[in-house]
Amino acid sequence: MAVKPMTSKEVAKKVMNKEPFFILDVRNEGDFADWKIEGENFDYFNIPYFELLDGVEVIMDKIPTDKEVLVVCAKEGSSVMIAEFLSEAGLSVSYLVGGMKAWSEHLEPINIGNLKDGGEIYQFVRLGKGCLSYMVVSNGEAAIIDSTRMTNVYIDFANSINAKITHVFDTHLHADHISGGRVIAEMTHATYWLPPKDAAEVTFEYRALEDGTEVTIGTTAINIHALYSPGHTIGSTTFVVDDQYLLSGDTLFIDSIGRPDLAGLAEDWVADLRESLYKRYRELSEELVVLPAHFMILEELNEDGSVAEKLGTLFAKNHGLNIEDEEVFRKLVTENLPPQPNAYQEIRETNMGKINPDEEKQREMEIGPNRCAVR
Amino acid sequence: MEATKVVDAKGLACPMPIVKTKKAMNELETGQVLEIHATDKGAKNDLAAWAKSGGHELMKHEEESDVLKFWIKKG
Repeated sequence: MAVKPMTSKEVAKKVMNKEPFFILDVRNEGDFADWKIEGENFDYFNIPYFELLDGVEVIMDKIPTDKEVLVVCAKEGSSVMIAEFLSEAGLSVSYLVGGMKAWSEHLEPINIGNLKDGGEIYQFVRLGKGCLSYMVVSNGEAAIIDSTRMTNVYIDFANSINAKITHVFDTHLHADHISGGRVIAEMTHATYWLPPKDAAEVTFEYRALEDGTEVTIGTTAINIHALYSPGHTIGSTTFVVDDQYLLSGDTLFIDSIGRPDLAGLAEDWVADLRESLYKRYRELSEELVVLPAHFMILEELNEDGSVAEKLGTLFAKNHGLNIEDEEVFRKLVTENLPPQPNAYQEIRETNMGKINPDEEKQREMEIGPNRCAVR
Repeated sequence: MEATKVVDAKGLACPMPIVKTKKAMNELETGQVLEIHATDKGAKNDLAAWAKSGGHELMKHEEESDVLKFWIKKG
């Protein structure tokens, strides 16, 4: 039987279409337990590849014959070997091209909607890590918000739609992934905006993003309006785009809210987080479509694979927006928090420009889920 | 540390460091030590887990200018 390569893009389709699928993950048990390819109708079996060097007979009864089977490892090599063993044993299977490394870096662009004066807003879904970034396009100009370090994806995409990148933003100093903002700005001569309160220690030039900052993209007035919303970090800023979209960064997610401890000051920032979510957001139109910087679970994805919901719906359904008692709220966001993202301190220092790890090291730092929320 | 045999897996990507290590280990007697040199970063976790599951003992590992060195005692 033949062994077929399968790309992250093909796997992403299966996740979004909720297809039944079987994953044989041959990484170490700890790595699998920590982080895997999530799919609503996916089944899994995990056994490290080195347990199978003498043959795959021991797992033949674990592999279904009525479903597509994908062998997955960290970087590809071991999955090819195991897929070949299975093929020799008579099964038809695929391996994941580039392994979990490629899966973690795959971005799926989705058109979220049109802007009033022409133009579009795109969401780039990083399924492997739950990161969401955005491109606002109008009249041949593009702005990028919360970009990942896969800078070429945005630059190529902008080229493909004949848009010039003129502004790059980060809603806050990220702790779970390495921002591509500075690199994109340098490569395209765009302006790089950061909230100054998160940027106190950065080692490079940036434009200060203050409450009320207005930036126009294109010749038509597609305003990106900044709204100061501290709590997840002290500088966290939300954008209102075209009076239609609320880019909430890591302050508000679909099914959860931002955690205030990743920059080390949970107790100090509880009150800020509460004020941002319970007062500043309450003053906004409930018709705004919330576009966050992360999702945590697949249930947060819409039918088309996008992550977006009206603010009014979140006020009704998001538990984190419905805790009346301030003490209960304080406890939720400061006690029993989930583990912190992998290498989050080093990631913050990289985003400040203090350290400059090479690409392989950056990849390693970003391994695993994002863990930016409390629920 | 006195090794009976040395496996050079430098420049090889996963799964080759483990495949070569396993082959070499088959030729050793219980109690003898195998020394492995690798450059693939993933080898660290994998060799530790492989040794454990096979009943061998990872006695020592060190890093010397990008080369990872391991000493595993056959169990």
